[in-house]
Amino acid sequence: MENTEKRYYQPEAETMPVEQIQKLQSEKLVKIVRHVYDNVAYYRNLMDQKGVKPEDIHGIEDLHKLPFLTKADLRDAYPYGLLAKPLADCVRIQSTSGTTGKRVVAFYTQKDLDMWEECCARAIVAAGGSREDVCQVCYGYGLFTGGPGLNGGSHKVGCLTLPMSSGNTERQIQFMMDLNATILCCTPSYAAYIGESLAERGYKPEDNHLKAGIFGAEPWTEEMRRSIEKSLGIKAYDIYGLTEVCGPGVSFECEEQHGMHINEDHFLAEIIDPDTGEVLPEGEKGELVFTALDKEAFPLLRYRTRDICVLSRKKCSCGRTFIRMAKPMGRSDDMLIIRGVNVFPSQIETVLIQEGYGTNYLIEVDRVNNSDTLDVSVEIQPEHFSDTVRELAQREHALADAIKTMLGINPRVHLVAPKSITRSEGKAVRVIDKRKLHD
Amino acid sequence: MAVSQLSIFAENKPGGLVQMTSLLAEAGVDIRAMSLADTQDYGILRLIVSNVDLAREVLSTNGLVSSVTPVLAVALDDKPGALARAVKVLYDGGINVEYMYAFISPQPYACMILRVTDNTRAEQILLDNAFRLISMDDINQM
Repeated sequence: MENTEKRYYQPEAETMPVEQIQKLQSEKLVKIVRHVYDNVAYYRNLMDQKGVKPEDIHGIEDLHKLPFLTKADLRDAYPYGLLAKPLADCVRIQSTSGTTGKRVVAFYTQKDLDMWEECCARAIVAAGGSREDVCQVCYGYGLFTGGPGLNGGSHKVGCLTLPMSSGNTERQIQFMMDLNATILCCTPSYAAYIGESLAERGYKPEDNHLKAGIFGAEPWTEEMRRSIEKSLGIKAYDIYGLTEVCGPGVSFECEEQHGMHINEDHFLAEIIDPDTGEVLPEGEKGELVFTALDKEAFPLLRYRTRDICVLSRKKCSCGRTFIRMAKPMGRSDDMLIIRGVNVFPSQIETVLIQEGYGTNYLIEVDRVNNSDTLDVSVEIQPEHFSDTVRELAQREHALADAIKTMLGINPRVHLVAPKSITRSEGKAVRVIDKRKLHD
Repeated sequence: MAVSQLSIFAENKPGGLVQMTSLLAEAGVDIRAMSLADTQDYGILRLIVSNVDLAREVLSTNGLVSSVTPVLAVALDDKPGALARAVKVLYDGGINVEYMYAFISPQPYACMILRVTDNTRAEQILLDNAFRLISMDDINQM
């Protein structure tokens, strides 16, 4: 018993046999569909249009009968259209950054907040966290879910919580070193920047007390994970979530670092063909869709995440029975279509790290004379520098060739000075699509 | 008897050269000779300076990328034909010149900086042909 308490935050749920999870999901689905139908006119209309009644939903096998919700629906219904509880029962809102359009506002009851924070607590325990730990949270606090989510999870686990929020790297480092932080929570790009800043101040990876990092809120690659692990001397865990569904903690990685366990007692996941909406069998790549089973205030049913990934029911050595989702290649709206080819920025990042570059880069896409152009700027590494133009040009060509091999598109590669690409303290801006300016 | 050349990565952006040269000036580093290779995206500033180690330290502290390259400094008579003869003997000896630049000194000779693929052999060929190589001390005394 003592042993399991250390490994899982909520062992009964996290290691529940699959048949039991599915039975639980079915029971909860029937209830939540009724709750939404009765309280959310917007979704009731969608169901009526599709000719589906709550009585038609007997369990998860009937999930496919329900209509999808998209981000466009959330914008249409802004701000109260999808609210399923009286405002008096709500205690909090969180909101998306609004970078891809109008903000989305999500509402929480106290019970919703507790569930969300428990999900984050599961992630922290999976990363080796306990009440002995000092958890430094440098996700942004405020409307963004990163800070509040991990902060709440850290409290639930009983860690000493450092509510740093993002930014002020000098102070982050001072608190990290003076208060012996053991767990770091932030975006991967900020973790990389903290690693770089520690090295600049003469700290070696073994000089800090960190043992684990919980990083998410933006796409990152396996290569970037290894690079962060090396620079901070930690094990880096991925965490996934989205404001619409609750925030970070929808799924999280265990020590296997092989896919993120979805908190299936609360969230029902499907993979669909993004073009046809057809449900795909386990193991096939497609768009991830979530149904929140326990949320009272903002219970989204069949919400299309635009994240492209694969689910796996394969048994995990950590003992958790929750289905695992592969790291999304990127949100489908992060995907660029360049000269007709689908390009995820993460593919370019993979090549850069493989070729010995850092994680600071900028991708610029433009259209010149009706043809798309791809420019990749990356900071030169001191060990790559040469006094001859010939050798530097060879480096640029080698990198361009490697990117071409990966994508099938010829990029223009530009070596730029160290530190010349703006560092991010939150979600990194790595892509500028200038084509949008012309439209 | 190679001379140490300081090479600096210079991104093409406004104020880049100002920053580099100001840093060296503030550190009291004297620039004896320079050349700038430029491409569409960046330049490589090549300098012969009075104190290479100090210069590198200052640059690196300020996040600039630099390296030290051994180059040959050759004394040439300051009159027509001297440079042509030096380049000819190297060519005849099969030496590939990556780049070169020259400066005139208060001495009765000009100085040519040569970056070749094989310093030892180039040096031998030049000495065999009665050219004189200039040391870092010579340059510092100019």
